[in-house]
Amino acid sequence: MNILLDWLVEPLSYAFMQRGLIAAVLVGIVCAVVGTYVVLRGMAFFGDALAHAILPGVALGYLVNEGAREPLFWWALGTSIVSALGIGAISKKAQIKEDTAIGIIFAGMFALGIALISTVRSYAVDLSHFLFGDVLAVSAQNLWITAIFSGLVIFTIFAFYKEFLTLSFDPVLATTLRMPVGLLNNLLLVLIAVTIAVSLQTVGVALMVAMLVTPAATAYLLTRRLPYMMALAAALASLAGVIGLYLSYYLSIASGAAIVLTSTAIFVLAWAGRTLIQTYQQRSLAAT
Amino acid sequence: MYPHANHKEDQPILDIQKLSVRYDGRYALDGITFHLHPGELVAVVGPNGAGKSTLFKVIAGVLPLTSGQVSVFGSGPQAHICIAYIPQRNQVDWHFPVTVADVVMMGRSAKLRPFSWPSKRDWELVREALATVEMSDLAGRQISQLSGGQQQRMFIARALAQEAELMLMDEPLSGLDNPAQESLLSLLGKLQQKKVTVIVATHDLEQAARYFDRILLLNRRLVGFGPASQVLQPEKLLLAYGGRIQRLNTESGLLALDDNCCDGRDEPL
Repeated sequence: MNILLDWLVEPLSYAFMQRGLIAAVLVGIVCAVVGTYVVLRGMAFFGDALAHAILPGVALGYLVNEGAREPLFWWALGTSIVSALGIGAISKKAQIKEDTAIGIIFAGMFALGIALISTVRSYAVDLSHFLFGDVLAVSAQNLWITAIFSGLVIFTIFAFYKEFLTLSFDPVLATTLRMPVGLLNNLLLVLIAVTIAVSLQTVGVALMVAMLVTPAATAYLLTRRLPYMMALAAALASLAGVIGLYLSYYLSIASGAAIVLTSTAIFVLAWAGRTLIQTYQQRSLAAT
Repeated sequence: MYPHANHKEDQPILDIQKLSVRYDGRYALDGITFHLHPGELVAVVGPNGAGKSTLFKVIAGVLPLTSGQVSVFGSGPQAHICIAYIPQRNQVDWHFPVTVADVVMMGRSAKLRPFSWPSKRDWELVREALATVEMSDLAGRQISQLSGGQQQRMFIARALAQEAELMLMDEPLSGLDNPAQESLLSLLGKLQQKKVTVIVATHDLEQAARYFDRILLLNRRLVGFGPASQVLQPEKLLLAYGGRIQRLNTESGLLALDDNCCDGRDEPL
């Protein structure tokens, strides 16, 4: 018993682990709640692309501030919101399909980001930091920003609960109820954008989409109502954050990857469990 | 509560003048003129691609019109919350994590202020609406577990919770078995008693003749509008269904129609 307790407590003696755990849980919760809508509205590709598209902004901030990481959040936030609203506007008018437009523009921006970062000598280290995040390098100031913006995003999701629910389930109904559909759609894009900026430090650009969709998809398999789906997704994401960080600490693997792998493992378990139960139910139904 | 228009009660519930809608230079609707009285039960019939869904979406204020005028109680539909559009069942994500009561409550959301949550009275209205469509016992069901008829009645309950006065139902009867069709048709009668005006798109001419006050025969243009005896005439049907009609025996009203016409393109939205 004591050994287990020691095993659990030991990492907490490090301030960077304490901050990392809080950050992982906060980011897990906000990504899971916003991710619920990403999953239900089929926006996984948009989320992935948007996460990659913030790289040039972050790179520019990095170059301008000569390597300081504190101000990067604001650069990420700005780029992310502008990109999200930009793609929202373009996809309405473009002659090509939305996912193609997203692919062209966002991959181009990602390339621009890499090009910018490659002008710096410590290219590889910096790039991997942005791509995969480093939750153990979160500063106290980072943590405050994460907490404040996560709180804002979650508050907005709840304040517009009935609007987002109606709009996501039946956009025609939202229109006939005369909701400001365009405004609400853009608000949701901004919320996804803010979530991505908040999560940059923790999971980085490349694994962001997993934070957005995996816990939400797991909860989708296990629940039948939206509030429960959100709550379960948030709980599973927090759990994955904590387990992932312990794995990262004891097995010396990259923290972002450890969190995402844990989350994926939970999804596979839930999916397998559900499939087993369904098969069993069908058999017993066939037997009667 | 989002801004919406006041009703001029001396105006018809729906008045359409010379309505035309064009997509990509092609007319989806061309010069449609008609008006409806409160509490009327109207069937819209015509071949696939005749513009039924387009007509409904323009009336609902979801799709812009190219020329002409649509007015609901004296003003354009875009500001009214008294119009319910009931979607075709195949256009709904039935695995969305909501219960029957959740969906019906969505109909109330226009009446709630922003940042507010449903009150006791809203839940009361949801319960009443579910009772009207005889689905009280299914309130807590996840929507994927409903039968086709139940899915359709749930949306009618949602329209009732919305306090809609004009309901537009896009092919509600297609794909339902006979008992489900019967129960839906009798529900339409109940709506009529509540003075709700209902427009139903359907393929079944016999049902249209039997259960509806008036029939609107559509093929991009309005071919006929009136009681079945006037509209379902061979020459009018020929006009609407074109060469795709096969006349078997007009004396006894027997007709074979092929409504899988046109270029098979879906209408936008």
